[in-house]
Amino acid sequence: MRIPLSWLREFAQVPAGATAEDVMAELVKVGLEEEAVHRPTDTIQGPIVVGQVLSIVKEPQSNGKTINWCQVRVVPEGRPQPLTGEGIDPSGVQGIICGAHNFVEGDKVVVTLPGAVLPGDFRISARKTYGHLSAGMIASVRELGIGEDHDGILVLSRIGLDPELGTDAMELLGLYDQAAEINVTPDRSYCFSIRGVAREYAHATGTAFTDPVSKVQVPAVLSGGYGVKLNDAAPIYGKPGCDRFVARTVRGVDATRPTPPWMTSRLRLAGIRSISLPVDISNYVMLELGQPNHCYDLDKLAGDIVVRRATAGEKITTLDDKERTLDAEDLLITDASGPIGIAGVMGGAHTEVSDSTTNVLVEAAHFDEVSIARARRRHKLPSEASKRFERGVDWQVADVAAQRVVDLLVELAGGTADQAGTDVGTAPDAVTIELPAGYAATRIGIDFTEEQIVTSLEDLGAVLEKNDGGFAVTAPSWRNDLETKDDLTEEIARLVGYDKIPATLPVAPPGRGLTRVQQQRRRLIQALADAGLTEVMAYPFVSKAANDTFGVPVEGAARKALKLANPISEEHGFLRTSVLPGLIEVAKRNHSRGFRDLALFEAGLVFLPGEQLGTASIPPLGVKPGDQVLDALYDGVPDQPLHLAAVLTGHDSPAAPAHTPRVWDWADAVDIARMAGDVLGVDLVVTQGRHQAFHPGRAAQIALRTGAVVGYAGELHPKLLAAHDMPARSVALELNADALFEAAADVIVARHISAYPVATQDVALVVPQDVPAGEVLAALREGAGELLEDVALFDVYAGKGIEEGKKSLAFSLRFRADDRTLTADEASAAREGAVAAAHERFGAVQR
Amino acid sequence: MTETLPGDAVPNPLDEAAITAAVDHAVAAIAAAATLDELKAVRLAHTGEKSALSLANREIGALPKDQKAAAGKLMGASRGRVNKALADRTAELEAENDARILVEETVDVTAAPRRRRAGARHPLSTLQDRVADIFVGMGWEIAEGPEVESEWFNFDALNFKPDHPARDMQDTFFVEPPEAHLLMRTHTSPVQVRSMLEREVPIYVLCPGKVFRTDELDATHTPVFHQFEGLAIDKNLSMADLRGTLEHFARQMFGAEARIRLRPNYFPFTEPSAELDIWHPGAKGGPGWIEWGGCGMVNANVLRAAGIDPDVYSGFAFGMGIERTLMFRNEVGDMRDMIEGDVRFSEHFGMEI
Repeated sequence: MRIPLSWLREFAQVPAGATAEDVMAELVKVGLEEEAVHRPTDTIQGPIVVGQVLSIVKEPQSNGKTINWCQVRVVPEGRPQPLTGEGIDPSGVQGIICGAHNFVEGDKVVVTLPGAVLPGDFRISARKTYGHLSAGMIASVRELGIGEDHDGILVLSRIGLDPELGTDAMELLGLYDQAAEINVTPDRSYCFSIRGVAREYAHATGTAFTDPVSKVQVPAVLSGGYGVKLNDAAPIYGKPGCDRFVARTVRGVDATRPTPPWMTSRLRLAGIRSISLPVDISNYVMLELGQPNHCYDLDKLAGDIVVRRATAGEKITTLDDKERTLDAEDLLITDASGPIGIAGVMGGAHTEVSDSTTNVLVEAAHFDEVSIARARRRHKLPSEASKRFERGVDWQVADVAAQRVVDLLVELAGGTADQAGTDVGTAPDAVTIELPAGYAATRIGIDFTEEQIVTSLEDLGAVLEKNDGGFAVTAPSWRNDLETKDDLTEEIARLVGYDKIPATLPVAPPGRGLTRVQQQRRRLIQALADAGLTEVMAYPFVSKAANDTFGVPVEGAARKALKLANPISEEHGFLRTSVLPGLIEVAKRNHSRGFRDLALFEAGLVFLPGEQLGTASIPPLGVKPGDQVLDALYDGVPDQPLHLAAVLTGHDSPAAPAHTPRVWDWADAVDIARMAGDVLGVDLVVTQGRHQAFHPGRAAQIALRTGAVVGYAGELHPKLLAAHDMPARSVALELNADALFEAAADVIVARHISAYPVATQDVALVVPQDVPAGEVLAALREGAGELLEDVALFDVYAGKGIEEGKKSLAFSLRFRADDRTLTADEASAAREGAVAAAHERFGAVQR
Repeated sequence: MTETLPGDAVPNPLDEAAITAAVDHAVAAIAAAATLDELKAVRLAHTGEKSALSLANREIGALPKDQKAAAGKLMGASRGRVNKALADRTAELEAENDARILVEETVDVTAAPRRRRAGARHPLSTLQDRVADIFVGMGWEIAEGPEVESEWFNFDALNFKPDHPARDMQDTFFVEPPEAHLLMRTHTSPVQVRSMLEREVPIYVLCPGKVFRTDELDATHTPVFHQFEGLAIDKNLSMADLRGTLEHFARQMFGAEARIRLRPNYFPFTEPSAELDIWHPGAKGGPGWIEWGGCGMVNANVLRAAGIDPDVYSGFAFGMGIERTLMFRNEVGDMRDMIEGDVRFSEHFGMEI
C-alpha cells in the first residue's frame, strides 16, 4: 500500500518537513513494514513553470518534418522574470523549438526552463537546434514522468487548469508530494486505506487522528432508491455472500470532465492510473476509506439488481473485455439482462461508465471474504477490490463511501444526487471478547497497567466494559482480525511497544542431546568430507527420465515417483528417487567451469511413494484429529529416506613434483561405500551388481549382512556418461543412509584381545575366472573355523603358469588362539580346512 | 727390539718436556684433521703401536722401579690428553658430518605436492550444525520431519484458514494428484506440529531443514532453501522468554554485542507475532537492522490442533532462514553460489563456517 503524504496529512499529524522515510520509521513500530519510497523530486527538478504560447512559426525541414518555433511567455505580462540562470530570458519570454503539434497559440503549457532535470537524468539547457537557440522545452506528461500519454504537449486547459503564468508547475501537478510504500500483512485489511494507516500513524506517534468518516455527512435513512435484492441460495460456511448493498444515484454527470490534478497526483503516487473522472473518484474513495465501490451507467441497467450465485456455465464479459465462464460458487451482481459483475472482483463491460454516461449508480457493498477469495483464485483476477474484500472490509463504512463518491461526483463531475437511496442487508453481530485482567501481562511479560490496557484498546476503536474477571471488549467494525484474547494481547503489546518487552531466558528441562541418527548422519557426512570429497546440495527436482535411469532397479513393476502439480520447469517436474541426477548436473557444471578432478557428495532425502498417497480429505483446524485420522495422515506421507551419493571423476589429487595422481576408478566408489559402513560400524557385503545406470561389469551391489540391498557403487555406464557429456570412466555410488543407521548396533560388544603369537599362512588358490574373489574369501573364512583372526586377498594373477580361463587368488590368513600359542600343525590344519571349503564350493586348487 | 719412527727419537717417559712436546704435537695434528678419515690417520700416527707416545710408554717397563710410578703418572696423563682430544675431535667431525648430510638432504618444501584432496562441507550444512549445537547446549532437542508433507501439517494444523490469503502467500509446490493433499513443506513448522503430537510437554525443540517455495532462482531467491524453527511449550511462557531466547541465540551466533529488535507482524500460527531484526554493524551501506525471521507466541488454535490445552500451556516459536543468515553473516552476495555446487564455494569454507 502506497501512502501519499499529502493525503495522510489530512487525517494525521504528520510534521511539515517529514519525508516518506520518516513516516515509514514511525509505521514500522506498529508493524507496517517499510517497502519503498516514491518521490518524484528524486528524478525531477525545476525550474518548471506555467507558460503561454504567444506565437508558433511552423518551419518545414528537409527531412519532411515540420518543427514549431515558439515564443512562450513564462511570467505574467509586465512583470519581471524573477528567475535567473543561463538560458533564462530576463524578458520573461523564452524561444523554444517544439516538434509536437497538439497545441495552438494562446495555450497554457508546462515549460521546463534551462537548469531543470526530467526523469531519466534529462537535463534541460539552452541549445542551438534547427537554426534557433531553443531555451527550454514544452513538456508532455510522459516527459514529466506523470503519465504514459505521449500524444504530445500537456495543455493545461484540458486538465481543467488556468493558472497564472510563472506558477510553479511542479506544485500544480503535485510533484512535490511523496508516498511511503508499506507492506500490509494479511490480517490488517483496514491498512489498505488512508483511513487505516492514518490511525496507525496516530498510534505510532501518539498524536491525534481525524477519522475521514467523520467528514462525510450520510443521511440517517436511505430508502426509495434503486431496487436491490440479496438472494444468496448457497452461502459458504453459512455466511451470505453479500450482507450489505448500498446504492446511490447521481444524475447529469459529465464523465468527460478532467480529473483534477490533485486527485490524479495522489492516485499516481498510490500506484493507480487515471482512467476517467468517475472511475478515478471510485478508486480515490476506495483508497481513502478502504471500501471498494463501483459506478454503473444507470441507463444501461435493466431492472432490479439481484445479488446471487451464478449458475454453472453462465458467462460474463468483464471490464477487461474478457469473456469468463462462471462457476456455481461465484457471487454475481445481476440485473434483468444477466450478470453485470463478479461481486467484489470485477465489474462487467456492458454497464461500465463511459464518456457518454450521464446517470450513475454507485454501489458500495459488503461481501464475504471466502466467497471473494475463491472467485479471485478461480478467475485469477487479483484486483484492488478483491484484495480488500478477501481480507475483510468494514461493514459500517459502505454508506459513507457511497456518500463520498456521490459528493465527489456532484462536486467534480457536475452531477446531482438523488435524495432516494438503497441500503439493504443485515449487520453482522458485533464480536465481544473476554479479556481476563492479567492475561496480556502473563503472555507478554510486561505488567501492563489497567490504563495501558484501556487506552490501547480504546485507541484502536474498541469498546471496553469492565467486569468481574477483566474486560468485555467489543472490537471495532473495521477490525475483523480481532477475535480472541490473544489478538487483543498483541494489540496492547503493539501499542505499548514491542521494544518494552523484557528479556528472560527460560530453562529447558535436561535434554538428550542429538539423537543417535542425528549423530550418525553428522559422522557420515563429516567422514566423506574428511576423505576428500566436497559436499554439495542440489535441487530435488528431476526429470522422469532421470528417475528411470538412477532409481533403484525394479523388476516388472512401473517405477513410481512423485510429480509436482506446479513445477518451476516441466522438464524437472518430478521429485528425485535418487540423489545422483543432481550430483551429475553439479559435476557437469564444475567440469564446464574448468574443474576436471572432482569428488562430490550429497546427503539428501529421496521420495519413494508407496501404495497410499496422501489422504482424500484433511481435518479442520483448531481441533486435534482422532487417532485414526492422524494415522491416515502419517501413513499418507510418502517414504523419504536419506540417501548418500557421490560422483568422482578425474584424479584423486593434483599433479605435483614427485607425485603421480591416481585416476579415480570403480574401486574408489566401492571403497567409499565401504568406508561409509566402517564409520557407522555396519558390516557391508559387496557382490557383483546390476543397475541400469552402471557399467554392467563394474557395478557393485552393497548389502547388509541380512541380505538387504542398501546401494550400488562402481563405474557409471559409458553410454550414460556420453549422453550426459561426462568424462568417460566417471564413477559413483549411492547408499540408503537411513538403512545403514538402522543396521548399526546399539551397543558394540568388546572382543577379547589375545596376546598369544600370531600364525600367518598364505595360500594361493586357482579358480575359474568368473568366480568372485569375495565369495572365495567367504568360503575360506567359513572353512577356517574359530582360529582364523583375519583373512585378506592380496594378489590376483592370471597368465603364464595358470591354466587358460583360470586365475590365481592369493590370500593371507592370520590365525591366533585366545588361550594358547598355536602350533604349526594347528595353523596348517585350519588352513587346510579353509582350502577344503573353497575347493568344495568352487573347485579351488592350491597352487 | 723396538722400532722407532724415522728421524724421531723415542722420548724418555721421564722427560716431561719431551713428552709434553709429543702430546702437543699429537693434539695439534688432531685439531688439524679436517675429516674423519684424516683423523683416523692422525690417531694411528699418534696413538698407534709405533707412535712416539706408545713407544715411550713401553719404555716404562725398562725403568728402575722407583721411577716407574712417576713415569706412569706422566704417561697416563699425557695419553689421556691425547685420547680426549681425539674423542672431542671425533665428536666434532661426526657432528659436522651429520650436519652436512642433513644439509645435502635439503628439499624445497614449497614444492611439496598435495597428495590428499582437501574435502569440504557445504556451508549451509555446517551452519545448520552450528545452530543446532547452540540449542542442544541450551537443553533443546533437534526434531526433523519429511519434506513432502500432508497439507494438514503444513497449513491447517498451523491455523492457516483454507481460503485465507496467507495460504496463497506461501507459494506452495503441490504434489499430484491434488486430491491427495500432499505438498512440499513451505516451512519447517509442520515439524513443530509433529513434535507437539508426538512429545510430552514441556517441549523445547529446534527444527532445521529444507523448505520449498515456487520462486525462480535469482540472486536473492531460491525455490529450495533451509530454515530452522524453534518451538517451546511450557507453563507460563511469555514473549519475554521468547526475546530472552532469541537474544541468547543471537549472541552465541554473532558475539556478545549482538542486538535484536522485535516489531509487530502477522503469522497465522502465532499471536502475538513479531518480525525479528538483528543489528548488523558491518552491513554494506552502513550499520542497520536486518530482517532475520519471524516469531511469536504459539496461536491457541495450533496448540488445540495438537491436543494441548491453551489455558494450561503457552508457547513461543521462531523461524529464520539459513541462507539468509549465511548471506549476512558470511557476506555471501549471491544466492546462486549456494545452489550451483561450484566446488570453489564449499572448498573456500572447508570444514568451518
